[in-house]
Amino acid sequence: MKVLARYRELWLLAAILVVIVLVSTRSSTFASPQSLANVFNDTSILIMLALGQMVVILTRSIDLSMASNLALCGMVVALINAAFPEVPVPVLLLTAAALGTALGALNGILVWKLDIPPIVVTLGTLTIFRGMIFVLAGGSWVNAHQMTDAFKALPRTDMLGISLLSWFAIVVVILFYLLMTRTPLGRAFYATGINPTAATYAGVNVGRTRFLAFCVAGLIAGLSGYLWVARYAVAYVDVAGGFELSIIAACVIGGVSIAGGIGTVPGAVLGALFLGVVNNALPVINISPFWQMAISGTAILLAVVFNARSEAKRGRIILKKAEAA
Amino acid sequence: MLMTSETAARPAAARASAPAAPRLTLNAISKSFPGVRALHEVSLSLYPGQVTALIGENGAGKSTLVKILTGIYQPDGGQIVIDGTSTTLPSAHAAFERGITAIHQETVLFDELSVAENIYLGHAPRSKLGLIDWGTMRKEARATLEAMGASHIDPNARLKDLGIANKHLVAVARAMSIDAQIVIMDEPTAALSYKEIEDLFVLVELLKEDGKAVLFISHKFDEIYRIADRFTVFRDGEMVGEGLIADTSQDEIVKMMVGRSVDHIFPAHEAKIGAPLLEVSGLSHPTEFEDISFTLRQGEILGFYGLVGAGRSEVMQALFGITRPSGGTIRLGGETLAPRSPADAIDAGIVYVPEERGKQGVVLGLPIFQNVSLPSLKRTSKSGFLRMAEEFAVSRTYTGRLDLRAASLSQDVGTLSGGNQQKVVIAKWLATSPKVIILDEPTKGIDIGSKAAVHAFMGELVSQGLSVIMVSSELPEILGMSDRVVVMREGRMVAVHDNKGLSAETLVRDAAGIGEHVA
Repeated sequence: MKVLARYRELWLLAAILVVIVLVSTRSSTFASPQSLANVFNDTSILIMLALGQMVVILTRSIDLSMASNLALCGMVVALINAAFPEVPVPVLLLTAAALGTALGALNGILVWKLDIPPIVVTLGTLTIFRGMIFVLAGGSWVNAHQMTDAFKALPRTDMLGISLLSWFAIVVVILFYLLMTRTPLGRAFYATGINPTAATYAGVNVGRTRFLAFCVAGLIAGLSGYLWVARYAVAYVDVAGGFELSIIAACVIGGVSIAGGIGTVPGAVLGALFLGVVNNALPVINISPFWQMAISGTAILLAVVFNARSEAKRGRIILKKAEAA
Repeated sequence: MLMTSETAARPAAARASAPAAPRLTLNAISKSFPGVRALHEVSLSLYPGQVTALIGENGAGKSTLVKILTGIYQPDGGQIVIDGTSTTLPSAHAAFERGITAIHQETVLFDELSVAENIYLGHAPRSKLGLIDWGTMRKEARATLEAMGASHIDPNARLKDLGIANKHLVAVARAMSIDAQIVIMDEPTAALSYKEIEDLFVLVELLKEDGKAVLFISHKFDEIYRIADRFTVFRDGEMVGEGLIADTSQDEIVKMMVGRSVDHIFPAHEAKIGAPLLEVSGLSHPTEFEDISFTLRQGEILGFYGLVGAGRSEVMQALFGITRPSGGTIRLGGETLAPRSPADAIDAGIVYVPEERGKQGVVLGLPIFQNVSLPSLKRTSKSGFLRMAEEFAVSRTYTGRLDLRAASLSQDVGTLSGGNQQKVVIAKWLATSPKVIILDEPTKGIDIGSKAAVHAFMGELVSQGLSVIMVSSELPEILGMSDRVVVMREGRMVAVHDNKGLSAETLVRDAAGIGEHVA
């Protein structure tokens, strides 16, 4: 069990491979490189969002508003694109990222300065952000024909055989890996989550660290907002509706502890990939979408049971040592 | 029905001289924890209708005894006799069934439940259907409260809306409702105001009248002499004296508390004491402490002695930027310092080794080297990126100086013993090159070997020109290590002593507020 826990990322990887192999016995094309690249492309946005969410959860918080943030940022850039087609796409990308960060910062400020529980804050902003989309767009859609070709093309642009959207995900994964393992801020995220009191006594500003976690999550949500709307070439009120739960599910399956302090970049990425593979594989072998939901749900429960067991193990080690001391 | 006049309290001594059979007797009870002998063959008797005061320094074993009596700990040896029958208390429930109840400093009841529910939790009156009979429960709760003279408490009120004093009353009502014969009061007055203490004493008299055997734990001599009939003194886990309060002077009890064999030699530290480094004047906080002024000189160990709750840690937390003082000034090396966060204090050169090692000191779950480098990340990282090699080097240097015993610096700090964890915390601070290091109960709950290492290291620190503030409730440590001693009581400074010919008795008197002795 201990070894299992140490290599939990490998086990998750194995589970993903098993699903791929099982499905490819029924559908020979599923395991082809092109098909797998499509699955990755499909999961790219979830991977990025899961990493943003992971940082927040690590600090003993949660961001329920990520999907609404994404939808609002996506709608804003879609509206700008429809009204001012001459604005270059990179500017829109930066606009979405900046707006997302600002919305994340709003969550962070409420958690930090007003000391409101994160789940309450983001439950509120989840609704507010959705409402804002309706207000901004007057309830109407921004459709493909209103968007410029450049706007829609960016995520689909092919580079070295895979789409730019996939490259975004790859770069984000690398940056997060560096952030979490190689920077003082990454260390502060872990210290804050594992033991906020001791972190405070060690000079870590716990409130500010949480605030920054929400900013990071917001940045990712904003960026994903543009990518989502451009990829699907449509913006409306319910974009990514309910997706916040998939994001949290990816984190949990990836071994991120809801109690904070535990979680890795490879874990969250694999958690997202697992959901992506399951969601892409089941239609291939004609399993109904309702079974997909049941399977995702089972995966979440298994992951939680697994986590609970590996954490209980840790407690026992401490006791044994205390006895020997 | 109440007999609470001053005259009623005193003849208790007469009763005590011809006591009835004890309701509860402990014979040769022992209890050890890894590395610590908490209780060694202690004995204690509680008599019906009498209050027995349990007296002893922090760490004397009082809390362990309470936990044994309430079924939370099991003794390693010895005998518990209740009403003449030898018995065991394998669980909290068993203690409850045996008629033992405890009222703690901070009441352990249920804030979200009503007063009546709290009183009857676990033994609520049932209706014929086996459901809780709310009407009877409220009626009986009201009757119990009225019998105690506490009719101002509404049985339907939620407990969290009550003050701490009223919560104590509810706890007493609970004791009455289960007809507990043995009532333990563990520092019940620590959080009460003067008036509330008076009310509580009325209740204690009532319990006595009712024939209950009361064990009263307090550090305050005026309370003990006011309310207790008998006393038992613990020291270092052993029973060192007992008797009748009426026959014993406060001085005699103080002597029993502190008179100890020298079981630990303190290292002599030869540090040249230099110019004033940290000057604190008039430091105040709205609720925790008032008008604290002292000077810490270079190379000096300044001890802070006092009872738990005297406000020493709170003063230190203000110096470290965790709480904000409401007035007064802090000057470090001649410059005014107003730390708004621990980061400010660390930058200025003040570091703090907190009392609650597991909760405040180490980040359990992070490896040793990351714990050590946590406050020094600015220095060990380069252009925004961590350099693990540097972190390892810093950790190796400072944990090495403290003689840390660990297989690897990458192992989880949670796998270390308490003493070694403390070394990690101290190493963490040394790595920041501080000027002033504040140690709050630095050797609490760690084994003798680590204790000696920490003490030796304090001597080394001051010989290198650092200044140390040591908050401690252990008299030998205070007397053995400090150059000067500040004594605090109830949020105020009551004395500053030069540690030359300073006696333990003087410190205990100052801390407990016995008499007004002439220095």
